[in-house]
Amino acid sequence: MSELLHRYAHARAGDKGDRLSLGVFVYQDAHYSWLVEQLSESSVAALFEHRGVSHVTRYLLPHLNGMNLVLDNALQGGVNGALNLDGHGKTLSALLLSMKVTPPQI
Amino acid sequence: MTVVVGCGAGFSGDRTDAARPLVDALMSYDAPRALMFETLGERTLAAAQLRRIKDPDSGDEPLLEEFLSPVLSDCLANHITILGNFGAANPDAACRRIQQLAKRLGHSQACLATIQGDDVRDRLHALDWQAWEGEKRSISALEQVVAANVYLGADALIEAMTQGAQVVITGRVADPSLALAPLCYYHNWARDDWHSLAAGALAGHLIECGTQVTGGYFADPGVKEVPGMASLGYPLVEVERNGRLIVTKPAGTGGLVTEQTVKEQLLYEIHNPSAYITPDVVINLEHVRIKQLAKDRVEVTGVRGKPAPDRLKTTVSFLDGYQGEAEISYAGPNAFARASLARETLRQRLALRCPANLRTRFDLIGISSVFDGDSQLAARTIEEAASDIRLRLAVEHADKSVVELATQELLALYCCGPAGGGGVRRHHTQRLKTASYLVPRQQVAPTVTLHGGEGNE
Repeated sequence: MSELLHRYAHARAGDKGDRLSLGVFVYQDAHYSWLVEQLSESSVAALFEHRGVSHVTRYLLPHLNGMNLVLDNALQGGVNGALNLDGHGKTLSALLLSMKVTPPQI
Repeated sequence: MTVVVGCGAGFSGDRTDAARPLVDALMSYDAPRALMFETLGERTLAAAQLRRIKDPDSGDEPLLEEFLSPVLSDCLANHITILGNFGAANPDAACRRIQQLAKRLGHSQACLATIQGDDVRDRLHALDWQAWEGEKRSISALEQVVAANVYLGADALIEAMTQGAQVVITGRVADPSLALAPLCYYHNWARDDWHSLAAGALAGHLIECGTQVTGGYFADPGVKEVPGMASLGYPLVEVERNGRLIVTKPAGTGGLVTEQTVKEQLLYEIHNPSAYITPDVVINLEHVRIKQLAKDRVEVTGVRGKPAPDRLKTTVSFLDGYQGEAEISYAGPNAFARASLARETLRQRLALRCPANLRTRFDLIGISSVFDGDSQLAARTIEEAASDIRLRLAVEHADKSVVELATQELLALYCCGPAGGGGVRRHHTQRLKTASYLVPRQQVAPTVTLHGGEGNE
């Protein structure tokens, strides 16, 4: 049984050049370690593979029950070069939250 | 002692009726207060520079009067310093407009300051450039440079306040510095008191996008409810001398300040949370704690600072080719098949008519407008049952006529495309791009110029 990450976490996207950052936080503190399990650098890279992402860096923030994900080359040139309607990649927080996850046990 | 800073705009297109409730709230504090306006995105300044090239008296924030006229009089009368990067590419022009506005409001003695020194367009060959992280273009390879601006820190702004400025008008400064300057000025923090400076810069970071910390850009019905979306309160941050800070908003406004809204903004546009680089201090967010104290009051503690960087980020904007966009709609039975046929027809026509180096992208809006890559469609987005679809073509080329030729092919679908296509729109723009570099701090010399008033000296 899988569900969407959206049920358990909220997120916001930011951009600098061709690099996308995604701050993502669980609603319930108890789900933090589950989030760390679900959102590995490789699972996030797989979700954004069709965007041409070259590298994902994950920064954990246990005090905030969240993490910052930094995705290189996710924006097809970003606001400077993209032909995409959303050159900033602002909508991509919702792409992250559409990830199918195994629900937490608690 | 507590110092309170409000933010009346988070970008150039922000709501212009935002500052009034903020100033009412600021006036109710028995504490030093300031109001910042952040209206300068990465490319906003270059667009302003293009306006200035056409008209030497323009190039500042077009909505300046709309932002300031509801609050300028009360700010001047109540010692609420206004700091804004609304000078954009022409702080002197903004200064003249604010002086006229102040005069009309009966404040002909208002003391204004302009900050210069961010614009290094005339010094491209004199500076020691280093590519910013990830920047692949060499500065010498850039043609048609429109603007080159260093992100200045808080120093010159503090100096302007020391000289008695009531309104501080800047071009490019780091967004958080607009709040850090009044915090440094009133708290008298040493310029190497890194933990305090980090707290002040973080206060600026949290409020510099306006409502993004008070419920804007947050609502997700059923999951994250936000009351009063049409009357969102803009943020206030109360900062104590020891660096403890509280984010809040004016009473009676919409929106909300919660641990969640603050967390989302805390990491906004940040990469490594242990080293968020500003011109004034490098901020470490790893130990930050966020705590709801009361309704719409959230405390942020634990921020740490490290010495300011030796080099300052500089954004160079340049014109580079043309972009064209064109769209056509297909709706009703079999819409997906007709839109797909239109896309395939366009692909073939562009291959026939346009040079091979034309960059193209197609979207089927109604199925996927933003998530897909330029060439790879995510399989899960295919939805053949969709019945109201807009085919979008976006192209880029160095030659304007090629771009026009490409979008012309979408227009031709009116007669030559599948049945029932309609609502074509076409749009062409010259592309304004940016590249980022680092220049040595010593090569940048911000200056303060006072206009009017009697000053403190």
